[in-house]
Amino acid sequence: MFRRIFFDRTTKTWMITTMVIILLMPVIIGVGLYLKSLPLLEHQSLRTLLFTSDWQPSQGKFGFWPFVAGSIYVTLIAFVLSAPVCLLAGIYLTQFASSRLVKVMYPVIDILAGLPSVIYGVWGILVVVPFISKFLAPIFGTTSSGYTIMAGGIVLAVMCVPYMLNMITEVFKTVPMGLREASLSLGATFWESVKHVVIRKSYPGIISAFGLGIAKAFGETMAVMMVVGNRVQVHFNPFEAGYPLPALIANNYGEMLSIPLYDSALMFAALLLLVIILLINLIFRYFIFKTRER
Amino acid sequence: MNRWKIIEEKIFIALSAIATYSLIAVLGLIIVIVFVKGFNALSLDMVIKTPKGGYYYGGEGGVLNAIVGSIYIAFGATLIAIVLGMPAALFLNVHLVRHKKTQETIRYLLDVLWGIPSIVYGAFGFTLMLFFGLNASLLAGIITVALLVTPIMVRTFDEVLSTIPRGLHEASLALGSTKAETSYKVMLKQGFSGFITAALLAFGRGIGDAASVLFTAGYTDLIPVNLDEPAATLPLAIFFQLGSPIPEVRERAYAASTILTIIILIISLSARFLSNRYSKTNIK
Amino acid sequence: MTNNPTDTQVIQDCTILSIRNLNVHAGNHHILKDINLEIPKNRITVLLGPSGCGKTTLLKCMNKLTDLYRELKVTGNIFIEDDDILNTSKNIPSIRQKMGLLSQRPYPLPVSIYKNVAYGIKLKGIRDRKLIDYNVEKHLKEVGLWNEVKDRLHSPATSLSIGQQQRLCLARGLAVKPRIILADEPTSALDPISSKIIENLFRNLKENYTIILVTHVLRQAIRLADHVIFMYNGEIIEQGTPDELFNNPKSEKLKEYMVEGN
Repeated sequence: MFRRIFFDRTTKTWMITTMVIILLMPVIIGVGLYLKSLPLLEHQSLRTLLFTSDWQPSQGKFGFWPFVAGSIYVTLIAFVLSAPVCLLAGIYLTQFASSRLVKVMYPVIDILAGLPSVIYGVWGILVVVPFISKFLAPIFGTTSSGYTIMAGGIVLAVMCVPYMLNMITEVFKTVPMGLREASLSLGATFWESVKHVVIRKSYPGIISAFGLGIAKAFGETMAVMMVVGNRVQVHFNPFEAGYPLPALIANNYGEMLSIPLYDSALMFAALLLLVIILLINLIFRYFIFKTRER
Repeated sequence: MNRWKIIEEKIFIALSAIATYSLIAVLGLIIVIVFVKGFNALSLDMVIKTPKGGYYYGGEGGVLNAIVGSIYIAFGATLIAIVLGMPAALFLNVHLVRHKKTQETIRYLLDVLWGIPSIVYGAFGFTLMLFFGLNASLLAGIITVALLVTPIMVRTFDEVLSTIPRGLHEASLALGSTKAETSYKVMLKQGFSGFITAALLAFGRGIGDAASVLFTAGYTDLIPVNLDEPAATLPLAIFFQLGSPIPEVRERAYAASTILTIIILIISLSARFLSNRYSKTNIK
Repeated sequence: MTNNPTDTQVIQDCTILSIRNLNVHAGNHHILKDINLEIPKNRITVLLGPSGCGKTTLLKCMNKLTDLYRELKVTGNIFIEDDDILNTSKNIPSIRQKMGLLSQRPYPLPVSIYKNVAYGIKLKGIRDRKLIDYNVEKHLKEVGLWNEVKDRLHSPATSLSIGQQQRLCLARGLAVKPRIILADEPTSALDPISSKIIENLFRNLKENYTIILVTHVLRQAIRLADHVIFMYNGEIIEQGTPDELFNNPKSEKLKEYMVEGN
């Protein structure tokens, strides 16, 4: 008996410990990265760091704007390309598709969501980059190497699709059948029911799925880095190379210890990513959290 | 009026069908293209040999070092994730079952944690490494990847545990079992399929992730035999070889991506298969 | 029993909906077996039977909601005022508007109280604000909800109690000017008082509407029915007036049900 109680106590203590460790992780990560980026923050103000574009680490000049802008730009392109497609495909899969197609699609989406980002990057190099340099850029009357913001956006869009589609179909599935029956019985067509009832009912869920898709796109590293060109410049032409934040961190870890403050700058970039993505996640997951509670 | 309604419906159904089928086409093409490109360069040597001298100029060898390195890292990380994650998930579903609010809040926080990108874990792992005076090594890689996959482990396992009827573990408590016994003997057994799925999912993520091991695991042509030695990983092998100007080396990158894709497919298909099989013996 | 003799005399017996050789399959499962049925106009017809006997499926066939369930295969004919809803080339949504649906649980649309009632009217293509206002008020009054909600027409429909929501759903159904009301155990989720209100509404509504009510509650059938159809395992076992059926059940199944179902 004593042994059982002892076992019960120790396991409970261990369970609580693990839970606390896991939940404190973002805080620990945040604090760790903050401490590391302190030297840079003392060196320059947050404003100049974020909104100037003079990036010359060897001269102690750290303007993050090209990277922030690059990140925003690729994320935006990815979102614009993937969101409507996801929404339509989500509607089709949950409302109109044959059950056989649905049965095939769900595992396929799952598997694709689990493919490593390097694989998407390889695909980007094999397909998207040549597609842009040989086909898309000439259409818009420019020439391009293909390693561009546009390529990053397209690869990201494709990566986000399984992720967002998964969430969106989950949301649509929670719309009760009775609600659709009610709408149809009042004389709505299938599409009108979708438009007025299903989408309306799923509104918070759709917005959350989109938000989380954006967060994922914003933090994605390898696939984007492989196709985006990685040149420090601020450009509004999507057929120019860009340099998103995650790529900055990943590309320069080798030399960061040889230049003063450079390591601090890269950790600041990671902190920036963490804060932005954590915020987006907190907000949009709260939506889902609230709807689940009800 | 009525006519327009019908036309509108037809247009939108057609649009959504087009969206769906083009998605299938694009996503299917990813796997097809990677496979087609990769199979040309794929040879037995790729899988059973480490890089020999001159490998990076098109010489002999394979990526066995990276395959083994990836498996070591993913295995170690999954082990840590199990030690940390399994008790946490059980705690959430046994001890906290009466506190719905706390339970949901913890799930919310875990989901948020899941959303942190791997590059951030990588950067943090690097600071951790410097803090403890470690070098880029198998150990540092394992710890970093473990941080990344633990939330995945907890949430996936928890998702299955939460579907176990509450009556079952109440019955166990009523029979005089302690909460710990209920956790490990009843809940773990009932949720075993979920546990396997969670572990496999964590393993798959660990094998495929590149950004977190970029700073922490280092890279080497040798197969590591000690925790403090650097280790190559498959995603990084692909990444580095793609950057090479020599066509033969790039070809090998494609072959390596085929290997990685096959490994991931095997893992996710077996996760599916196992979870279906185990869940058949469970009480629903 | 409850049948009011004057009603029977005043209203002529005529059929508003008739079903011929209706069969429904779900995979290998034969849910409805060769149903032939006439539904009399301006009466309350009750579909009675234990759960799982196919009553709800039969009801959903009547306005072709079976379209929503891909696994169902429906064959046969259902005539509503000369239109065969299962095989017509006409526009299904407008035929559906000849029927209002009340389901087991109220399903208010995720919009305001006002818009719930206006939804079907707008779908008809009516845009005139005054006409819509007038109809919303009229039908909310018809179900006795107007006084309770007139000050908060624009708050979400989910803010109402379950009983009020069910009446709102009824008003919403009436607003499209149907001939028939299809009610699928409409009181099963409600408290006794709200159930009573709905039942009373049905008694009044049958002057202008034909009501088809699905229920497994014997007492409710006795209280409301003009015509009873007893179903078991996908088949119609017996039908007739409540007097005939309940005082003198012919089949063993109904006798059994009357003993156990009470």
